[in-house]
Amino acid sequence: MKLMSKPKLEIKSVTKVFAGNKNRANVLALDQTNLTIMPNEFITILGPSGCGKSTLLRIVAGLEEQTTGDVFLDGQELFGPSSNRGMVFQAYSLFPWLTVEENIQFGLKTKEIGAGERKEIVRKYIELVQLEGFEKHYPRQLSGGMQQRVAIARALANDPEILLLDEPFGALDNQTRTLMQELLLEIWEKSHKTVLFITHDVEESIYLANRVVVMTSRPGRIKADIPIELEHPRPYSIKVEPKFLAYKEQLTELIREESLKAMMEIK
Amino acid sequence: MEKAAKTEEIVNHPAILSKQKLGSGTRKSRNWLQPQAAIPHRLYVGISISSIVLLFAVWSLLTYTGMVDPLFLPTPVEIVHSGITLFTEYGFINDIGITIYRVLAGFLIAVVIGLPLGILMGTFKVVEAFFEPMISAIRYMPASAFIPLFILWIGVGELEKITIIFVGSFFSLVLMVAVEVGNVRRELLEAAYTLGRSKLGVLRSVILPASLPGIMEILRLILGWAWSYIIVAELVASASGIGSLILESQRMLKTGNIIFGIATIGVLGLLSDIILKICIKKAFPWHYGR
Ligand SMILES: Nc1ncnc2c1ncn2[C@@H]1O[C@H](COP(=O)(O)OP(=O)(O)OP(=O)(O)O)[C@@H](O)[C@H]1O
Ligand SMILES: [Mg+2]
Repeated sequence: MKLMSKPKLEIKSVTKVFAGNKNRANVLALDQTNLTIMPNEFITILGPSGCGKSTLLRIVAGLEEQTTGDVFLDGQELFGPSSNRGMVFQAYSLFPWLTVEENIQFGLKTKEIGAGERKEIVRKYIELVQLEGFEKHYPRQLSGGMQQRVAIARALANDPEILLLDEPFGALDNQTRTLMQELLLEIWEKSHKTVLFITHDVEESIYLANRVVVMTSRPGRIKADIPIELEHPRPYSIKVEPKFLAYKEQLTELIREESLKAMMEIK
Repeated sequence: MEKAAKTEEIVNHPAILSKQKLGSGTRKSRNWLQPQAAIPHRLYVGISISSIVLLFAVWSLLTYTGMVDPLFLPTPVEIVHSGITLFTEYGFINDIGITIYRVLAGFLIAVVIGLPLGILMGTFKVVEAFFEPMISAIRYMPASAFIPLFILWIGVGELEKITIIFVGSFFSLVLMVAVEVGNVRRELLEAAYTLGRSKLGVLRSVILPASLPGIMEILRLILGWAWSYIIVAELVASASGIGSLILESQRMLKTGNIIFGIATIGVLGLLSDIILKICIKKAFPWHYGR
């Protein structure tokens, strides 16, 4: 069945060179990267620090321009950012002058949606990320985990074709991070959005994904593409099951090689 | 159930809360010299008041004992007397009015022109590249040095005073606003783009609201400077205003009037500052409030 459906997102031989200057050489951040994502897939990208994960995601979001190569969404070539690709940043991307509900509505304002319907959408997503009672709070009155939940709700409220997340839980403590992973998975199981999620946490990448894409150290290239065959829904206890641990061992080994390479290069 | 109710009572009971505050205050008060540590509010106010009392005590000691010639420094009571005669016999209130008018007129014109320009400079590099060199250069030329030139060009009327305030405020205002606007975090702009806003749309929906509290703080600072420019302008060539009164009083050796005039400016500047400060705090709860 999967073979018959069309890809949601196609990244075709994308290369990115950051131009240097007098004091700094050019940086080849991405080298001939190819990746195809099918509808409803949850892909995590795993890679050592500085390998170009963010760069790849920002190119998909349209916030960065690739040097060569193309990106297609539903067969359409992409140029620049648009609301069909929702983005969640690592931290502090909420609009501090807007309340929680105003933040979530921000993207809806540019669309032709009536006030009543808008209210309904906001209510739905507040409920989805479990923030009832915090509608009138400003971002600075929220904990880091709550802020990220608002950011996710804000991106989803726009009903994007694909949800892009760049280490969205990277700044959170371990307990909160675990809860957020469960919440995000729950949301995905309900909404079946296509998700592209970046992380450098091996456990996180397995727990969330149905495919883990491993990148090489700089210049970033796809090193491995590993389907995760764990059933849904996934309770957090799945993290200690033998199958999960086997994936963990395999991916840890892959990522270790790359991290070592990256370290050697710096020396 | 009962326990929960009790906790709520404790949380919402003002007396308990205030006691708790005092309690922690006294404990902390043992470390007055610990860097940046808070001290109890009452102690703070007490120290502040005692500093003012001390000032008046030293002043009284110097003047009433005759240690200092009254021509140099009159007693506090004499100063109050000069103040009263200034208001009752010399129409000092008109001088205050005209000085306030000049400051506000010059300042507001600077804001009306400088604010949009600063915002555009901070947002678009093309605008910045065009105006930056010019404005940066003029900014370091003190406004008071322009006074003779302005008198030559436009005479000694109101326009000249307002122009000096304008020049003193405008250039710094533009540059400071441009920096403030340029510092809006990139993530906020990028988030707005991925939420469907256009390149120009983010100017109104992100850049302006994000930088508004900072801009208001800049205006507050610059209004403070405007008070010192107006006195210079009025000292040089003016028949009215607080500055001209100070100069006249000097010619007539009325030290009390000079000091009262200076104090009046201090009070005016302080008042405008406090009013703006309160307005800013009230207007941006998301920035200052908890
Ligand atoms: N704007 C830029 N100008 C120049 N070089 C850049 C720029 N952005 C990224 N780079 C370089 O490109 C490489 C990839 O950066 P990127 O941020 O994509 O890495 P990453 O995989 O997201 O790392 P991390 O896990 O630390 O977030 C790095 O070597 C970085 O120094
Ligand atoms: Mg990154």
